[in-house]
Amino acid sequence: MKRRYTISVFTENFIGILSRITLIFTRRGINIDGFTASESREEGIYRITIEVNTTEEQVIQLSRQIEKIIDVIKAFYYVDDEMVFQEIALYKIPIDSIDPGLEKVIRQYNAKIISAEKDFVVIEMTGHKEDTQDLLEVLKEFNVLEFVRSGRVAVAKPMVSIDKYL
Amino acid sequence: MNDSQIRGAEIVIKSLVAENAKFIFGYPGGAIMPVYDALYDYMDQIQHILTRHEQGAIHAAQGYARVSGKVGVCMATSGPGATNLITGMADALIDSTPLVCITGQVLSPLLGTDAFQETDVVGISMPATKWNIQVRRVEDIAPAIAKGFHIARSGRPGPVLIDITKDAQVALGDYNYVPCLNIRSYRPYPKVEDSVIDAAAELINNAKRPYLLYGQGVILGKAESQLKAFLDKTGIPAACTLLGTGALSEEHPNYVGKLGMHGNYAPNMLTNKCDVLISVGMRFDDRVTGDVKRYAKQAKVIHLELDPAEINKIVKADVPVLGDCKVSLEKLVEKVEKKEHPEWFKQFRALEAEEKRVVVGNDLSPTKNGLTMGEVIRHINEFKADDAILVTDVGQHQMVAWRYFEYKTSRTQVTSGGLGTMGFSLPAALGAQLHDYSKEVICVVGDGGIQMTIQELGAIMQTKAPVKVVLLNNNFLGMVRQWQQLFFDKRYSFTELDNPDFIKIAEAYNFKVQIVDERVDLRQAVAEMFVHDGPYFLEVKVEKEDNVFPMIATGSSVEEVRLK
Ligand SMILES: Cc1ncc(C[n+]2csc(CCOP(=O)(O)OP(=O)(O)O)c2C)c(N)n1
Ligand SMILES: [Mg+2]
Repeated sequence: MKRRYTISVFTENFIGILSRITLIFTRRGINIDGFTASESREEGIYRITIEVNTTEEQVIQLSRQIEKIIDVIKAFYYVDDEMVFQEIALYKIPIDSIDPGLEKVIRQYNAKIISAEKDFVVIEMTGHKEDTQDLLEVLKEFNVLEFVRSGRVAVAKPMVSIDKYL
Repeated sequence: MNDSQIRGAEIVIKSLVAENAKFIFGYPGGAIMPVYDALYDYMDQIQHILTRHEQGAIHAAQGYARVSGKVGVCMATSGPGATNLITGMADALIDSTPLVCITGQVLSPLLGTDAFQETDVVGISMPATKWNIQVRRVEDIAPAIAKGFHIARSGRPGPVLIDITKDAQVALGDYNYVPCLNIRSYRPYPKVEDSVIDAAAELINNAKRPYLLYGQGVILGKAESQLKAFLDKTGIPAACTLLGTGALSEEHPNYVGKLGMHGNYAPNMLTNKCDVLISVGMRFDDRVTGDVKRYAKQAKVIHLELDPAEINKIVKADVPVLGDCKVSLEKLVEKVEKKEHPEWFKQFRALEAEEKRVVVGNDLSPTKNGLTMGEVIRHINEFKADDAILVTDVGQHQMVAWRYFEYKTSRTQVTSGGLGTMGFSLPAALGAQLHDYSKEVICVVGDGGIQMTIQELGAIMQTKAPVKVVLLNNNFLGMVRQWQQLFFDKRYSFTELDNPDFIKIAEAYNFKVQIVDERVDLRQAVAEMFVHDGPYFLEVKVEKEDNVFPMIATGSSVEEVRLK
């Protein structure tokens, strides 16, 4: 059965590591739904968060193949329940769409205006994909000029630490 | 700058010497010229073998690595030199062969500008290497080489690529070689857990029809004697994969034959009759399993494997024994009971007799007119030394030679297994021979494959390596023709060859030559080949349209192995 998994990878900061990781997915014809990279708590160790929609068998294989990369320290995989995660979305709306209706929507979704320019405003919302997608649908009536959503950033609920693997 | 500093190019050579590399197989060119210049002063410490194509260089390094157990080293220039290595890298990766490949790269300021002979070899080789790196600073050369050797030879071995820009080669730096022993993100030898050893031993001790499959992991892990001890005690029948061949002497009483598409009848058939399947250092290649949905479903599977990514990849293991098989076999042998399985062996021997009757007899001692590949191998067996090394190319001759050559010691079988690279054998035989001139190295090659790397006759000539080349000429891309006959209504689309006069070619390269097209001359010709001290080229004109059997057709189950 396919479902959404998040693979959390801890790696050395080595040129080419992102290519090596994505090759594992492309070779198997698996789409990456989200991909973020940043430094982790440990200096020099990077944390890559990858979202895929696949089966448990496949996600195990993917994680093992990722761990096989020399500069990868550890790859964990989780289902959504095992993680706390967020995504950020930005919506660009023309200035002439602003009306009381828009303000109500912003309040209702706990979003905020982070920039107001001469011709447009930028609204930001953080949350799960379903919520930011929802807001997009609602905002369509206000004429969304641009929309962008980040990959997820996530921390795991199980109390495992990367220290054990260093 | 101080006086003790040397150029990066010299650091490359000194690092290779520090790693005890005896040979560099390579080919020069612009971006690697500083290293070749440095080499000129080190000819007494490391031998460079000039092949005639970079593909030849890397296959020679593979042949050397496979028989010696050491890391093979090859070198090439940037651009086309580097891309010519790619086939060999892919081959070495899938067959777990330790290699360090060094390529020159354009000056670092020119990277990404489409400079002359610039190619992104780090990018291209990523899926074909265990690890790779581009070095742009002289101080990074020695650490990269140290890390490369460690990665290439440890754990599950494989090829690494080190791409060095020309400015790093000519810059001056300090030489201080520190071998790499540990990389924090890399754990090559997972610890064997005692609890799984107990679980495995229990399954084995209670098994009625246990069956062991061994692969190249036994050879790579230097676990041949542990495997033998385990088999001696447990009395379990054992079959080998293509690359595992030789890990156990074929004269061992427990040896029951070879697995896979053109392996033996009994080992394939009875895979679906055993109750416990113990696989040691093998990865359930589809050429071994046939239709995996109908593979050993009745059996409990114990999988001894070093690479965590192989566990449950193809066949689900009831008891995965992760770790070095040398260690796990040593632990297991303590826990298993001494047993014999005479009734179970009888089943193997009965099917073996059937294969002998239907296939082997006709292959080895044919009565029809045309010469068979099998009878050539029979005569080779007659004259070869026990530890002779057989290097084969890819095709019918590969399967026939593998089936009939009598393997008695480890590291005597060299072939391109996972990738099936035609053209592999001639340069690989050169590399194998260079490791030890006193050993017999026989290269069995087809008329198609030899023409993929035939230029390496020149490298053999130059080194005077006494390789025995046996060309089994059927005037066809035989293995493809066989498939066309069996699965494509005999529509022989582009598989028949108009061949050159191979003898003239070999003579031009100073080989002693001989051609045989009649049975009466065969035995004598093979005998003469073995007494000749130097490169030898024997061409045998064999039957054009013979087929290799047994055979498991693609998509069939191991039980559907056909004898004809
Ligand atoms: C580089 C490469 N190209 C194509 C193939 C596909 N292939 C497999 S066996 C074979 C025929 C080999 O012919 P030959 O060398 O004459 O050996 P034979 O089968 O006749 O013994 C071919 C074309 C391959 N394995 N490798
Ligand atoms: Mg042929």
